[in-house]
Amino acid sequence: MSYFLKRILYVIPVTLAVGLFCFSLVHLSPGDPMDAVVSADAPSEVVQMVQRAYGFDRPLPEQFGRWVLRAVQGDLGLSAANGRSVATEVFSALKNTLLLTVAASLIGFTLGCLFGTLAGYWQGSLLDRLVTGLAVGSVSIPHYWLGMLLVIVFSVELNWLPSSGAGPGSSGDWAFEWAYLRHLILPAITLSVIPMGLVTRTVRAVVAEVLANEFVEALRAKGLAGTRVFLHVVKNVAPTALAVMGLELGYLIGGSILVETVFSWPGTGLLLNNAIFQRDLPVLQGTILVLAIFFVMLNLIVDLLQAQLDPRIKRG
Amino acid sequence: MADTMQVTPGAAGTLPVAPVKGYWHSVWGRLRRDPVAMVAGLVLLAIVLMAIFAPWLAPASPYSTSMLTRLQPIGTPGFPLGTDELGRDVLSRLIHGARLSLLIGVMPVVNAFFIGSMIGIVAGFVGGRTNTAIMRVIDVFYAFPAVLLAVALAGALGSGLVNSLFSLTVVFIPPIARVAESVTTKVRSVDYIEAARASGAGSLTIIHRHVLGNVLGPVFVYATSLISVSMILASGLSFLGLGARPPTPEWGLMLNTMRDAIYVNPWVTVLPGLMIFTVSICFNMLSDGLRSAMDVK
Repeated sequence: MSYFLKRILYVIPVTLAVGLFCFSLVHLSPGDPMDAVVSADAPSEVVQMVQRAYGFDRPLPEQFGRWVLRAVQGDLGLSAANGRSVATEVFSALKNTLLLTVAASLIGFTLGCLFGTLAGYWQGSLLDRLVTGLAVGSVSIPHYWLGMLLVIVFSVELNWLPSSGAGPGSSGDWAFEWAYLRHLILPAITLSVIPMGLVTRTVRAVVAEVLANEFVEALRAKGLAGTRVFLHVVKNVAPTALAVMGLELGYLIGGSILVETVFSWPGTGLLLNNAIFQRDLPVLQGTILVLAIFFVMLNLIVDLLQAQLDPRIKRG
Repeated sequence: MADTMQVTPGAAGTLPVAPVKGYWHSVWGRLRRDPVAMVAGLVLLAIVLMAIFAPWLAPASPYSTSMLTRLQPIGTPGFPLGTDELGRDVLSRLIHGARLSLLIGVMPVVNAFFIGSMIGIVAGFVGGRTNTAIMRVIDVFYAFPAVLLAVALAGALGSGLVNSLFSLTVVFIPPIARVAESVTTKVRSVDYIEAARASGAGSLTIIHRHVLGNVLGPVFVYATSLISVSMILASGLSFLGLGARPPTPEWGLMLNTMRDAIYVNPWVTVLPGLMIFTVSICFNMLSDGLRSAMDVK
């Protein structure tokens, strides 16, 4: 079977397993999933009526089957806290999270490639040691703390940039205007630190590896200019760097919860955080399901693209 | 284990221990010549000692509140690192906080090291369908970014230290199991294992005598590199309100509660995060040093 078909088919069992995990989450949690919907002292007729409405009175396998069928049609149920559609809530939050994570990825990728290439070219130099130190620091820093530091410097002390929210007012709409962009700057920089460190490390290693290859010597011996050699380096580094970045984008989408909490950024992380503290299990379940499936799909795309760029993978 | 003893009676007593000691001796020799790793190790040692002797080192109680001395800045007489929103001495809370913060950061990796290695070694050693089955289940956990998985589990189980420890352990088992599995699979096909099998050694004996020693080293190095992430995530869960509960001194939770006063007393707010960062970066540097000293990958 071709690599591509195999890789695509592999997504089906993984997605089902992810669904099973998200479904089980509700039953893992202590107390009745009904607790958030009806108050503890409600009469038993009311409890039973709501149970029937939510389908909690049926056997578990049946509940799972119904849940999957509805999820496939884009129906993730209703929020236990405010009765709104979970799917609507999750997707409008996902839009904000994507905005934040794509911005962070672009910053992290650009800086990471720049630093990594410089360090790889001048291995062992002071610059290399500085960059390597920066990379270790950037993967060791608690990013929620970095966010607080940036707030202190740029919001509290200098009063240049806002410390919370996604824009003026609370409409939730976003526009490419300075009034909105300035809200994006601090959270995006905070979140960009993790991919920056990882991309730097990867690019540095690959650049050093490529430069140590015999073909580079051969190119130089042939009298090719530095820019031509650099082109070959880019060609060899690009697939790996892109793969790391693609996966990182997925990690950021799942991992932005802490940064979103620091900056009150109205994305999936904040939604999840609120859902946890209101014991709003349908929202918790739906958000995690959507994020995990997004991550699985992103992994698929990265793998397929990488195989396309680097034919060695298909054979391996 | 008892089985192993019966298969090779007396072997444990007669086997010279020296070569094993020699290996760790040479690792230590190389590590000692790595200045970065040594500095990181010394800083960590100091923080661990600080955690152990917290009650004697801390100038004040980490719990005693005072409305009169709320939100004092760094350098206030009597409160060298200022006070928090309830007037508690931040220096004392940082010193006491080391205990819980280190524990919840390191424990998940220790747990996952034992459980993950076991799963990985069994999968790698048995091979075939069992391997495929185990590794496919492990793969499912890769469908979740680490932070999301930790928050999802801790959030569903409800806040609390035990739940946050459990969630992080689950997060770290799959990557450790994967490394253990891949190393075991490589080791399994090595000639001396074939020889041991040919000479009639049972599976448990082979695992005990030949596989463990070769697999646990690389897995251990890998696990140490996870401690840094674990520290950040464990304190992160507390920061979200899913781990330690007030008034317990814990660095992530301190960041959370002092965050409300960020406009009033900004630089005191920073301190618990600085502690997390220090521990995390030291573990990373020590792990890098260990990796090159043990010559793994």
